[in-house]
Amino acid sequence: MQALIAKRLFIGLVTMLAVSIIIFLGTKILPGDAAQIRLGQSASAENLANLREKLGLDRPYYQQYLTWLGNFLSGDLGNSLSGDAPISGLIADRYKNTLIVSALTALIGVPISLALGIAAAMYPDSYLDRSVSMLSVVLVAAPEFFTATLLVMFFVLFLGLGSTIVSGSTEGMGLFALIGHFALPIATLCFVIASQMIRMSRAALLNVMASPYIEMAILKGLPRRRIILRHALLNAIGPIVNVVALNLAYLVTGVIVVEVYFSYQGLATLIVQGVQTRDYVMVQSLGMIFCAVYVVIMLIADIAAIMSNPRLRHPR
Amino acid sequence: MTDVVYEAEGLRISATRKDGSELPIVKGVDFRVRRGQVVALIGESGSGKTTISLSALGYCKPGLTISGGQARLLGQDVTQMSTEALRPLRGEKVAYLAQSAAATFNPSLRINEQVTEAPVVHGTKTQAQADQRALELYRALDLPNPENIGSRYPHQVSGGQLQRLMAAMALCGDPDLLVLDEPTTALDVTTQIEVLKAFKKVIKDEGTAAIYVTHDLAVVAQIADYIVVLYNGKIQEKGPVDVIVNNPQHPYTKKLMAAVRPKPTAVEGDRTETVRDESPRVAAEHVTAGYGKQVGGLPLVKVLSDVSVDVGHGKTLGIIGESGSGKSTLARTIAGLLPASSGEVSLNGNLLPPDLRKRSKNDLRQIQFVYQMADTALNPRQRIGDILSRPLQFYMGLSGRERRAKVQDLLEMVKLPPEFATRLPHELSGGQKQRVNLARALAADPEVILCDEVTSALDSVVGADVIALLQDLRDNIGVSNVFISHDLSTVASFADEIAVLYAGRVVEKGPTDCVLQPPFHPYTKLLIDSIPEMDTSWLDQKKQAHSTSTKDLAKAWYNAESCPLCSRYPVVAPDPANKEDSIVHQISDKHFIECLRSRRVF
Amino acid sequence: MTNPAYQDDEHYVAPFSEDTQFGELKDSAPAAKYRPSVTGWFGILVVGFWILIAVLGPFVAPYGENDLPFPDAYSEFQVPQPGAWLGTDVEDRDVLSRLLFGAGRTLGISITATVMAYFLGVVLGIGAVVAGPRVDLILSRINDAFLSLPTIMLGLVVVAAVGSSIPVLILTAGFIYTTIVFRLARSIGMEIVVMDYVEAARARGEGLWWIVTREVWPNAALPLVSDFGLRLIVVILFISSLSFLGLGVQPPQADWGSMVRENLGALQYGASVVPVVAPALAIASLTVGINLIVDDVSAGAGGKLAKRM
Repeated sequence: MQALIAKRLFIGLVTMLAVSIIIFLGTKILPGDAAQIRLGQSASAENLANLREKLGLDRPYYQQYLTWLGNFLSGDLGNSLSGDAPISGLIADRYKNTLIVSALTALIGVPISLALGIAAAMYPDSYLDRSVSMLSVVLVAAPEFFTATLLVMFFVLFLGLGSTIVSGSTEGMGLFALIGHFALPIATLCFVIASQMIRMSRAALLNVMASPYIEMAILKGLPRRRIILRHALLNAIGPIVNVVALNLAYLVTGVIVVEVYFSYQGLATLIVQGVQTRDYVMVQSLGMIFCAVYVVIMLIADIAAIMSNPRLRHPR
Repeated sequence: MTDVVYEAEGLRISATRKDGSELPIVKGVDFRVRRGQVVALIGESGSGKTTISLSALGYCKPGLTISGGQARLLGQDVTQMSTEALRPLRGEKVAYLAQSAAATFNPSLRINEQVTEAPVVHGTKTQAQADQRALELYRALDLPNPENIGSRYPHQVSGGQLQRLMAAMALCGDPDLLVLDEPTTALDVTTQIEVLKAFKKVIKDEGTAAIYVTHDLAVVAQIADYIVVLYNGKIQEKGPVDVIVNNPQHPYTKKLMAAVRPKPTAVEGDRTETVRDESPRVAAEHVTAGYGKQVGGLPLVKVLSDVSVDVGHGKTLGIIGESGSGKSTLARTIAGLLPASSGEVSLNGNLLPPDLRKRSKNDLRQIQFVYQMADTALNPRQRIGDILSRPLQFYMGLSGRERRAKVQDLLEMVKLPPEFATRLPHELSGGQKQRVNLARALAADPEVILCDEVTSALDSVVGADVIALLQDLRDNIGVSNVFISHDLSTVASFADEIAVLYAGRVVEKGPTDCVLQPPFHPYTKLLIDSIPEMDTSWLDQKKQAHSTSTKDLAKAWYNAESCPLCSRYPVVAPDPANKEDSIVHQISDKHFIECLRSRRVF
Repeated sequence: MTNPAYQDDEHYVAPFSEDTQFGELKDSAPAAKYRPSVTGWFGILVVGFWILIAVLGPFVAPYGENDLPFPDAYSEFQVPQPGAWLGTDVEDRDVLSRLLFGAGRTLGISITATVMAYFLGVVLGIGAVVAGPRVDLILSRINDAFLSLPTIMLGLVVVAAVGSSIPVLILTAGFIYTTIVFRLARSIGMEIVVMDYVEAARARGEGLWWIVTREVWPNAALPLVSDFGLRLIVVILFISSLSFLGLGVQPPQADWGSMVRENLGALQYGASVVPVVAPALAIASLTVGINLIVDDVSAGAGGKLAKRM
């Protein structure tokens, strides 16, 4: 099993390298490089050449790539093209909001969704199952901004609570104050990941519950609780961890839309700005950060699945 | 009447279709099981036997409902009980043993927890008492290492052991009634007899009543007191085992009895001296093959080592061995599906490239492979006519009316009606699909067909018909046949020659009648002795005979300085691969036995 | 056998006629055909409605997508009223007209991109499986690298590089979702190529073309087609999200995602909520409608054993 996990870690590392190459090359295919963007269309050829040399843009791609990667790993994310400010500084200002919203969403959304998903699977076709399933069928297909709009309509416009945008400093706020501050973004994201997670965890558990050994447990006259908690859930851990990871990874997308919708300052708004101003250095750096988080979450899910497999945990 | 443990009365069970209509599966069945009695439900798939047996636990598979009648367990009608009311009965009063223990054990829990779970959860035993009981059962069931086997996980023990552990799981709660659903069907014959013996012993010792579901009459004869014969959800005949076995009245029971092959014996003397031309049709010589990367010219996982077989014109070579012995691999190597690592395959004396991609179209045409599972061998999206047309078009370039006529001929040849040409495979029954599978091979007009376990997925009655068809074809069109099976009695019934495969080696080969009479290779002897006979006392005799004679003989032979055959027959050649531990005895011109000393003792 | 007292001696033989044939029993009844349930019909109705609008939208729209129909109107962000049934937006354009124009764009881009993803993904995925382990390994590794990126990031990088336009959107979404279709087609193909009938075709000497078109594809088509709906939902959401972020369809062209964005900022100044809700609801009703159909087709699987506990 150790060998298998080591192999996964290695694959994760290779994936990260591949990702960095894709992101690097992705921003290189554009017409006009950093020097051009910074100096504008009217810049003279001489000035361009000078700046290119200064930025190292005249060197071959692989050298540029290695320098960029080396700098990235040592924490130097470069300077943004538009403001010429260090990107690490821009990130330091904003990462908290993104992190807080994602973490609180996971903290609140995951347990509730899993509980609902498992409960729905325990009583298929019950009143609970039907209503939870119906709700998730609707929400799973709806875009984040539709859910956000519904929430805004209900809470802000109908009940008069909160505001359509999230603003102000979070300095010195406690947990509950933070939840209150980010209530609408968190609620939106919770609905989005919950609908996915409920469906997928329900399906994962039902899949296990169709196994012959569950039928055997029924025929042994075991109580329902024991069949589900001891026999089914133990075998569903792998798939369920996978479901959680997939949805946490999905937060990467969700968080971008939500930050823009409620227009507060976070990493996601920064990357969107970068794209709009074609500040590709910023896109590269932030893209790498988002992708790294994504890859790490998937890796954890993979390893969890390996560790929950009895055949691998207890070899012959 | 107090000794009646279970009684079904007018029991009806039906399936609910998606459109809400009901499809009867069990159509009014009456029988009873008394204390200490084993009642067998016998019939082919679709007869409703499993469905009936499960009703004793008040259970129906999803999609089925009990639509009428009663199923009384110890006087209580379980058909009318709620799931909650049934819970204390299940695992305590009545216990179930499924066909596949591998699927029935929870892969994530230790064996002992699963075995002792029912009585502990029901509160009839403490964990310590249940553990004690489990240990007794492990011993009674002849399980190796009874003290520790419970602490293992299901995937850590063998299939035969798991099957016996399932019996321990069922018996741990001391139930009044056991329901056994084809518990030995998935096992090899040599394992089946061990498990069967263990079951019979425990059932008799415990005095438990049992319902035993199977399609195998020979197995039933060993273990049952009373037989219920089912067809299409209805009882055709029921009676004490002696009456049914020795004096069946109903035509369906007779048909079942006719499908049971007699124990193979060397009586038909004409098969000892098979006259054949010197050049075989197809031959594999010194073939070594396996899977995985090639390391130094040898595969990583070696399945066959230095195997030689051949089959003459219009002859049938039977290849027999248990699962994992390499018999399918041998056929795949001959067909070129799995290229041999070393050794040669030749057709009519001409050497064939090991890999089928390098063989000519004509070579491919002459060797046709018939798969075990017709379900996966026929493309579900192609009509039968198209399936049969393709080889005709591909190899012979036939088209239009000529091809359609040939398709009709082929269908007639395998005794299927002509209108089947327009059907899709899923519209056919298992036996019909296997005939189409065979017809596709014949469409290529081959010299040799390789039949890989073509009857093992079929019910015995249906399988018997397919065998009859194969015999017919051999006699009429003279195609050579390599027939692979784990069932010696099937092979012996129509093969001219038999090769016995054990652990990737041909341990005995010769004309059928020579192989079936002494001197035996101990493994051949074990196979012959493991075939259940229709004699109801067979297993009881085997109880002493089997374990003492065959197995110990084998052990003695392998441990002896020289084997008993050495003094009687000339030693022809030590195996070049394993000079130390292998000796070949040439019994007669065509018959040899290889002694693999110091190899695994079965 | 051991104790004769337990013996039940009854011997019963069912009535029979000598010429009864005991043919082989068939195992299963053929599967019933799909009939939409109430929710299924609802989904079909909604999706059908939007497809109709996508085609006819520009012809039935009361105004052009960038017309200013009320040049004299004093107040901006007009609430719904006769003549402007969904109100007007921040730039005084008729929301209903823009919605009708946007329908074709949103649906057109998404469907084209999905079809492209399907074409490329299926050809490459099934090709990889049939062509053999070496090709498969190379294609799968490349695919895995792209799959390990969040789709929205890939989209952002491409838009940052080449800017946004409708062809770019189609190609980007088409390419991104090719990776997912590739994986699906490959796994379905994998299940099929190990089937004996494919091996039988190889053993017969058939070429690659026959094996792909006659043996593999007919069996892969059904599961692949049933996934098309789900993939379409994801692509619609992807395109809408990009547009919502201002990186998709560019103004002044109307598209449902960008309409939400354009009108969102005015909410805090007390503008009508309708210009935001209408396009958001349009997207949601379309994707939910598709999902209802997909869900209805695949209903009834699983959960049967749990009811017997």
